[in-house]
Amino acid sequence: MSTTRRVVIEPLTRVEGHGKVTIRLDSAGEVESARLHVVEFRGFERFIQGRPYWEMPVAVQRLCGICPVSHHLAAAKAMDGIVGVDELTPTAEKVRRLMHYGQIFQSHALHFFHLSSPDLLFGFDSDPATRNVIGVAGAFPELARQGILMRKYGQEVIQATAGKKVHGTGAIPGGVNRSLTSAERVELAADIPRQKRWAAEAVAIARDYTLENLAFATEFAAFPSNHLGLVRPDGTFDLYDGVLRAVDESGEKILNDVEAGRYADVLVEEVRPWSYMKFPFLRELGPHKGWYRVGPLARLAVCERIATPEAEAARVQFDEAMGGRPGTMSLAYHWARMIETLSAIEEIEQLLDDPDIEGDDLVRKGERRPESVGVIEAPRGTLFHHYVVADDDTVMRANLIVSTTSNNEPMNRAVESVAKKFLTGTEITEGLLNHVEVAIRAYDPCLSCATHALGKMPLVIEIQDAGGRTLAEGKRNS
Amino acid sequence: MSESFTFYIDGVPVEAAPGMTILDAAQAAGIWIPRLCWHEELEPFGGCRVCTVKMNGRSCAACTQPAEPESVVENDSVALREWRKALVELLFAEGNHFCMACEKSGSCELQALAYRLGIAAPRFEHRWQAREVDASHADVLIDRNRCILCARCVRASRDLDGKNVFGFTGRGPERRVAVNSDARLRDTDLDVSDRAVDICPVGAIIRKGVGFTVPIGARRYDGAPIGSDVESANDELESANEHTEGGAAATVRQEE
Ligand code: SF4
Ligand code: FES
Repeated sequence: MSTTRRVVIEPLTRVEGHGKVTIRLDSAGEVESARLHVVEFRGFERFIQGRPYWEMPVAVQRLCGICPVSHHLAAAKAMDGIVGVDELTPTAEKVRRLMHYGQIFQSHALHFFHLSSPDLLFGFDSDPATRNVIGVAGAFPELARQGILMRKYGQEVIQATAGKKVHGTGAIPGGVNRSLTSAERVELAADIPRQKRWAAEAVAIARDYTLENLAFATEFAAFPSNHLGLVRPDGTFDLYDGVLRAVDESGEKILNDVEAGRYADVLVEEVRPWSYMKFPFLRELGPHKGWYRVGPLARLAVCERIATPEAEAARVQFDEAMGGRPGTMSLAYHWARMIETLSAIEEIEQLLDDPDIEGDDLVRKGERRPESVGVIEAPRGTLFHHYVVADDDTVMRANLIVSTTSNNEPMNRAVESVAKKFLTGTEITEGLLNHVEVAIRAYDPCLSCATHALGKMPLVIEIQDAGGRTLAEGKRNS
Repeated sequence: MSESFTFYIDGVPVEAAPGMTILDAAQAAGIWIPRLCWHEELEPFGGCRVCTVKMNGRSCAACTQPAEPESVVENDSVALREWRKALVELLFAEGNHFCMACEKSGSCELQALAYRLGIAAPRFEHRWQAREVDASHADVLIDRNRCILCARCVRASRDLDGKNVFGFTGRGPERRVAVNSDARLRDTDLDVSDRAVDICPVGAIIRKGVGFTVPIGARRYDGAPIGSDVESANDELESANEHTEGGAAATVRQEE
């Protein structure tokens, strides 16, 4: 390939936070492939090399403005291993879980109300000028208010457990540095009934949307895949801890309950020259068949039940709608995400009811170990933190697999499927932009643009011929 | 013993014994003069110049300058506040201070000073110097990224611990805190119980494994800004004064 035909992704584009999509046509002019170029944590390893291990849970929050709490907890879990602690005190475990559910709750609420609900409520083809959270606030003021208050509630849970709404310090190697005060517990518990009701209503919105548009959803960015996520050893859904499980498109287990610390035995991270991002796949199935989805859809595919009653009832409905098999529809992510939101608030309710949450046995200590892995289900999917710590207590090496990395291939497939359907010729229409945007957004990727509160994703689409020449470029700014 | 005398800080009469520095006299009177390298247990060093005041119109370091009878000292003025702000901002620009990831955050004197002085956005170009971490010691770590060269550790090791663990090497921007053996911290006789270990105003000398054990809300400056301990001593003096009728507060100091 000559240099003039090579696709160059300007680092500036990434800094500005555009989602950039390249659609490659074959010689017959048909869509051959589509690629989404996303932000990768470049330089992370260098940034933490030589830093003391106990700094990690706090330092890694600088990596990501979208889910700092997930990085905080994944690193803390890894550091538990470094200080030789396999089991936390009951209070520490519960405070961390509470923090995590608070994060899931606020992140999912943000995604649903700010980013997705405009698409679902107004339709993908509606005017982008009003298809945003401001439009929702105008047409559905009560719903918009709920979204804001749900997010706020999640942030308050984070504040009570981490000390701050963003960039807190609650989780430390071997435990936590605080538990709840009675006042915090009472205050948070008081709002539970309302939050639970709103979460249940959000499940209903996402469910009704999916069921009413089932024919469309089974066509739109839908494809079978493998799914990966954590579950408890008995197969119960768990967002904070568990074993790695993967199922294939029919629901057969292809990774059966592998200890999270052994992730490197079962996952391979492939590097592709055109992307900043790595492509992980299941070692046993190889790069072509071994890719998988993570996140809400995958988590409902790998689990057998949810421990809390309302979310479990919702999961059963979901499972029926999926035909008792793992979900194939990218759009079903929204429904699954709201079921998780409901499960998170039910978990929060139980934890606030538990006297341990005010306990004062916060930290355990053990024998220092040189290496450890922490895995957690972040809002967007499985998050791996792996560290090697030298004898002098500084970090020698680190490896992270973030959920957006795992969902890299699925997102490419989603975009490809949309491009095949909505691209005719080389014209980048408003419809194409809209649908690509909606497909990507279902996965809630960690693009910096995904945080744009107004819900309009800055997006660049480039169409190339078989030789890599640019045929057209379309852009939508935020 | 010679008589104590009076001088004035921002118009307030302050008692001092001969030889007392402006900073010490102010401290005793419940007046806070911003400072960084000064420490109550150490000989003054006069290095950071954050304590700069004007005595009879002339700039001097309050931590080293003896108070003079009837002198007029300017402390909390717009000009001096600006000057101190600039000094503190320069310290931020010279080191690599990532407060968000620093375990000293919330208990750090430099950070607390920046808050109290109202420093918002950085004004000076950041130097981004590469600085070394010495993690060789089993219990103590030096992170030179955060060192502000206040020499507290140098003085504490020498004068309080009777050792000579710390010193400086290099000049100007290359100046670094070093350890006496010119080697690594583990090769010195530093013990984790040394006073030098806990005296660093920033997170440059830290105990290993402590990290973020103190929760947000319970850190040194979470409740009250830096300097308020000095000033609240003043409040206590004043309220004691109110209860024991006029003039009694002065006796608290005169009794000494
Ligand atoms: S290491 Fe700390 S105490 Fe020593 S000179 Fe640097 S800032 Fe001051
Ligand atoms: S405190 Fe006086 S010069 Fe540093």
